[in-house]
Amino acid sequence: MSTVRIPPTLRAATGGAKQVEVPGGTVREVVAGLIVLHPSLESQLIGPDGDLNRFVNAFLNDTDVRHLDALDTPVGDADTLVLLPAMAGG
Amino acid sequence: MAIETRSSPVSTASERIVGLRCRNCGRAEPIGLSYVCLACFGPLEVEYDYAVAGATLTHQAIAARAPGIWRYAELLPVDASPSRGLPVGSTPLLAADRLAPVLGLDRLWIKDDTRNPSLSFKDRAVAVAAARAVEFGVEALACASTGNLAGATAAAAAALGLPAYVFIPADLEPAKVDHALAYGATVVPVEGTYDDVNRLCLEVADETGWGFVNINLRPFYAEGSKTLAYEVAESLGWRSPDVVVAPVASGAMFTRVARGFEELVELGLIAPRPIRFVGGQAAGCAPVATAWAAGTDVIEPVRTPDTIVRSLAIGNPADGRYAVELANATGGSIEAIDDEVTAAAIRDVARLEGIYPETAGGVTLAAAAAARRRGVIRDGDEVVALLTGNGLKTPDARTLGHGDGIARPGEPGLAPSIRPSLSAFERWLGGEA
Repeated sequence: MSTVRIPPTLRAATGGAKQVEVPGGTVREVVAGLIVLHPSLESQLIGPDGDLNRFVNAFLNDTDVRHLDALDTPVGDADTLVLLPAMAGG
Repeated sequence: MAIETRSSPVSTASERIVGLRCRNCGRAEPIGLSYVCLACFGPLEVEYDYAVAGATLTHQAIAARAPGIWRYAELLPVDASPSRGLPVGSTPLLAADRLAPVLGLDRLWIKDDTRNPSLSFKDRAVAVAAARAVEFGVEALACASTGNLAGATAAAAAALGLPAYVFIPADLEPAKVDHALAYGATVVPVEGTYDDVNRLCLEVADETGWGFVNINLRPFYAEGSKTLAYEVAESLGWRSPDVVVAPVASGAMFTRVARGFEELVELGLIAPRPIRFVGGQAAGCAPVATAWAAGTDVIEPVRTPDTIVRSLAIGNPADGRYAVELANATGGSIEAIDDEVTAAAIRDVARLEGIYPETAGGVTLAAAAAARRRGVIRDGDEVVALLTGNGLKTPDARTLGHGDGIARPGEPGLAPSIRPSLSAFERWLGGEA
């Protein structure tokens, strides 16, 4: 079970939980597992193409998964996935 | 520092500011410390009632007001112009007749934003965010910064008497760190790139409730950049130029300047006329220019920026897609500029116009030349280049990172030390001639 940290924007859908333990061997499976646990997250997290919504960035142990193998990045039990709004800019 | 009271009335905020609205899905949100749409994660923007704003914002009303960004208060998202704050904006638009031919341009204006209170355009965005922060009653101002924002946030917080927390990449230029420290800010160096700093701050903002000017105050912060457009139009006698050239980091300023011109058209303050928007990025961190050149609006993030242009080194730009859309929709371009070319442009504008910009200014001027070669800028075009930060912030850039910015004997233009006698001077001058 990996850990998913939930930002405040998504906590209404998780009953206020700040982090959730989710099964899954890849980022894709973990996100799918999170949606199984909290189905109302689907509309926020998943875009029309079935991938992560382009306004959502996923970070595995603080690294943007787009710098790894994106949704196919392997996830282990000790790993933490963080979902954050795509909001960078100085 | 007090700001003069305006001499003409401004409509109240509740009539003028409708609320926040998601740029992606259009969902409405009330005004608050929110920055992301609860439905789709898209960015929130401020929505105005332009009929209300336009009722009091006329050429005559603006002309009668004090200098600074608050002369356009109807188009800024605060309830009332702040009674405290630094004097930001009303920077000059200067004809750059000596530099223009060097860049291949027929007519060039420089918007000299190197001379805001903390020496960059970020003072505009921060002034608006800070005014809102005061209204929201936040306990501290904060930011994730590539450097210019650090100084602007720290200075604004000092003027308002708020604590400031400034998060920066740990290897940022020392001049920028010292600048923020001088204003009494707490500087938090983070081991990583700007994008690492930004990701950390997204989580810190959520947990602390501090007012991060470019995160949870971002809808208000972004609006401050529109004042560049208002001032350019006013300086030109209430009209728009053919081309605007600006640096692109997150893409927020680039797109908001365009919005500023659109608003002036909407209010009838300038005539509708096409403006081409040209953006500049450093080749060593050019996710937006790369996407534009590839004909896509999907921004591939740059993991490890490699450029002297630290102020534009954002690998994962939030508004990158909107910047590409703007360039395409207006017949503009997004140019990627090598660091050597940036340094040469800094030297050229300084020696030919007496204006010394930081690295982003070099990128901007070089982008104008590149857009001219590409045919985006044409014969006779009137071009406005936005020089957004002061060269004293990046003293080693002029010599391309090889020096420390301190002139030494042997450098072109620097004479050897001479004895304080007229004969010594004349010997040197004679040898030189």
